[in-house]
Amino acid sequence: MRVLLVDDEKELVSTLAERLSFRGIDAKWAVCAAEALKLIETGQFDIAVLDVKLPKVGGFELKKKIQEKKPDMKFIFMTGHGSEDDFKAGSAQTGADYYLVKPVKIEALIEKMKKVLG
Amino acid sequence: MTCKTDIIGEIGLQFFGKMSSSNFHEIKNVLAIINETAGLLEDFSEKGIPADPERLRSLALKIMKQVQRADGIVKTINRFSHSVDRPTDKVNIADFLTFMVGLSERFAMMRGVALKPQPPDTPLLITTAPFLLENLVWLCLDFAMDAAGSGKTVGMSAEKAENNGVRIRFTNLDGLTGSMINTFPTEREKALTDALRAEIINDIGAKEIILRLPCDISGQP
Repeated sequence: MRVLLVDDEKELVSTLAERLSFRGIDAKWAVCAAEALKLIETGQFDIAVLDVKLPKVGGFELKKKIQEKKPDMKFIFMTGHGSEDDFKAGSAQTGADYYLVKPVKIEALIEKMKKVLG
Repeated sequence: MTCKTDIIGEIGLQFFGKMSSSNFHEIKNVLAIINETAGLLEDFSEKGIPADPERLRSLALKIMKQVQRADGIVKTINRFSHSVDRPTDKVNIADFLTFMVGLSERFAMMRGVALKPQPPDTPLLITTAPFLLENLVWLCLDFAMDAAGSGKTVGMSAEKAENNGVRIRFTNLDGLTGSMINTFPTEREKALTDALRAEIINDIGAKEIILRLPCDISGQP
């Protein structure tokens, strides 16, 4: 499984990537949409885990940009909303089918990624 | 039954909700970093991965840094919540500008804008409605960030004005245009300036907006 993690909190994505690598998952990370799109150009990914609130270009917009280049890629969103219900209420029209609320349990993330990838 | 909500109450609630939720999002980010860092330490232990003392120290420092960050956020949101305690109070403008930057920083970062408070050299104290002032300054800042544009720095300075009042300047608004100033202030800002006996002046030549505040609104107008 090849994962792209995108969150403006560098210490979060870098640590999460390291922890995923201990579990045999190849994870790269970026702190903004521009960095993520560069990685997409050069690397192969099965799934992207995107923070909803990214600087300048938000997570939902980044998803669209990535899909233009990689239509088969799958997505999971991470959010700092208080609860899943809170997030659902604010994102009904965004196409965010899969999401996790921060702080994320790594086992839950891996389980969700497997589910999304089938 | 009908319910008529006054405009200041309505925008005040919107402002309170916006600032509260933004700061709580920020705390969730802090918790997420602490969670992953603690998880990494657990991984080292559970999986028998060797980690040198320097690495362990850096992870401990990372957790401490996030605890400090969360403490700062909680202090900011606590002060913000208490700003509704009194209808009017003395406000130290230098301290107020720094506080407003802290409160608004996440919004600025999301837009790729930096905020630079430039506190006055001498203390500037006014008696005003703290929460309404926060709301009005936020609305000015919101407009100023749009006018500055991504990648720019909005300056916030203050100086003494006539009759011991204060002028707060929002500077470096390089993208400020005639059509933009036709839309600002809106009814929202006008309601707040009326309540605070304040005035907003758009200076397109100087690329700034100026908020003029009286020295004391607690007495009769």
